Amino acid sequence: MDFDLMINSAPKLLAASVITLKLLSASLFFGLFTGLIFAIMRMSNNMIINKFAYGYSYFFRGTPLLVQIFIIYFGLGQIEYLRSTFLWVILKEPYWCAIIAFTLNTGAYTSEILRSAFQTIKPGIIEAGKSLGISNKIIFYKIQIPIAIRQSLPAYGNEIILMMKGTSLASTVTLMDLTGVAKYIISTTFKPIEVFIVAGGIYLLMTFIIHNVIKYLEKKYSFEQ
Amino acid sequence: MELLTFGKTGWGDELFFATLMTIAVSITAMIIGFLFALIFTPLKLSKKKYLNFISNSYTTVIRGVPELLVIYLFFFGGSGAIMYVASIFGYNDYIEINAFLTGSISIGIISGAYSTEVFRGAIQSIDKGQFEAAKVLGISKFVQFYKIILPQMLRLAIPNLSNVWQITLKDTSLISVTGLVEIMRQSYIAAGSTRDPLFFYSFAAVLYLLLTYFSMKIINKLEVKYSKGY
Repeated sequence: MDFDLMINSAPKLLAASVITLKLLSASLFFGLFTGLIFAIMRMSNNMIINKFAYGYSYFFRGTPLLVQIFIIYFGLGQIEYLRSTFLWVILKEPYWCAIIAFTLNTGAYTSEILRSAFQTIKPGIIEAGKSLGISNKIIFYKIQIPIAIRQSLPAYGNEIILMMKGTSLASTVTLMDLTGVAKYIISTTFKPIEVFIVAGGIYLLMTFIIHNVIKYLEKKYSFEQ
Repeated sequence: MELLTFGKTGWGDELFFATLMTIAVSITAMIIGFLFALIFTPLKLSKKKYLNFISNSYTTVIRGVPELLVIYLFFFGGSGAIMYVASIFGYNDYIEINAFLTGSISIGIISGAYSTEVFRGAIQSIDKGQFEAAKVLGISKFVQFYKIILPQMLRLAIPNLSNVWQITLKDTSLISVTGLVEIMRQSYIAAGSTRDPLFFYSFAAVLYLLLTYFSMKIINKLEVKYSKGY
């Protein structure tokens, strides 16, 4: 055990975990909206919209995240047309490519979580709203969405943790996030166990915090007070 | 399309063998995962606190740390650890374990953590009466587990194990960083030499979709088979 290395690498790894957190929060923020939009599309009666949303979630849940990042980072840059548009400003940055890939990926999982949450809402609740003369729009925003959020909290908590682990793939497109820096230190010092303990410890700490925040929220928003 | 022809000019045969490699690594990893689950599930259900602690630390650490980091640990640390063990026995040359083994073991350990949780859940949902009945009949713990609990557990575990299989299959893409030529690595090589990354990575995505699609078909058949009589 090389304790000096562990102590010396800790500040570098902690600094890198800021990038991990940035990637995570950005992709969760955009992913929640993407997920909500596709969940609504999944519940649409229009077959084309419905099938499109199904195909989206099937593709992003059926392929590895690494493929998705590579398609966006290496693949899209190949299209000449894209290079001439303003999109190129975003797509040439690995940081934004990673966020786009993570957003689309977490959006697919989130849409499934939200869809199942919407479907488990008892029809009686919506009927009660209707019989009180509340408009469909308000029923959706004020009744269905809050209930769906409560229903989906446990599953969404898991998704946040999975996404946090997923951000480690950003290191494959040259971003120096927590895993990227850990790999760099390992490959220069050849002390994998020490670095793994420190970097893994930081990841576990983040998992622990996320887990407990979700647990707190679940308790706060549970039906039985 | 001519990029996909078999033979010297196309990448069809390379990608075909890479797909077989992905399947081989996934199955090996899944089996290694089962072995780990068979060790850690009893520990998790044990009444002894320290055994629970060992098993819980395994599943928590593996499920809370990115797969890529675990792979780097084994990729950079694997041969070091084996060389250390070998040096105790007086063998001091450099030993390199092959990428297939490193990859399968690291993915297997990850998949084992998920399998452990699945088995634990399945065992806990088996009726307590089954355990008691076995005890009353004087059946030994070992026979009780393999002949009574395991068959019932498998039925309950299959739907969740299919999720573990999907996770394992997708995780194998990560061992491309160690240089093992599976779908992802082969696409990377092909994309590099033809300068057509969009095509090859999209094709890799299609290959993964086909793999998940057909494995789901097979798993659904298994599910029907094991739920006979219910």
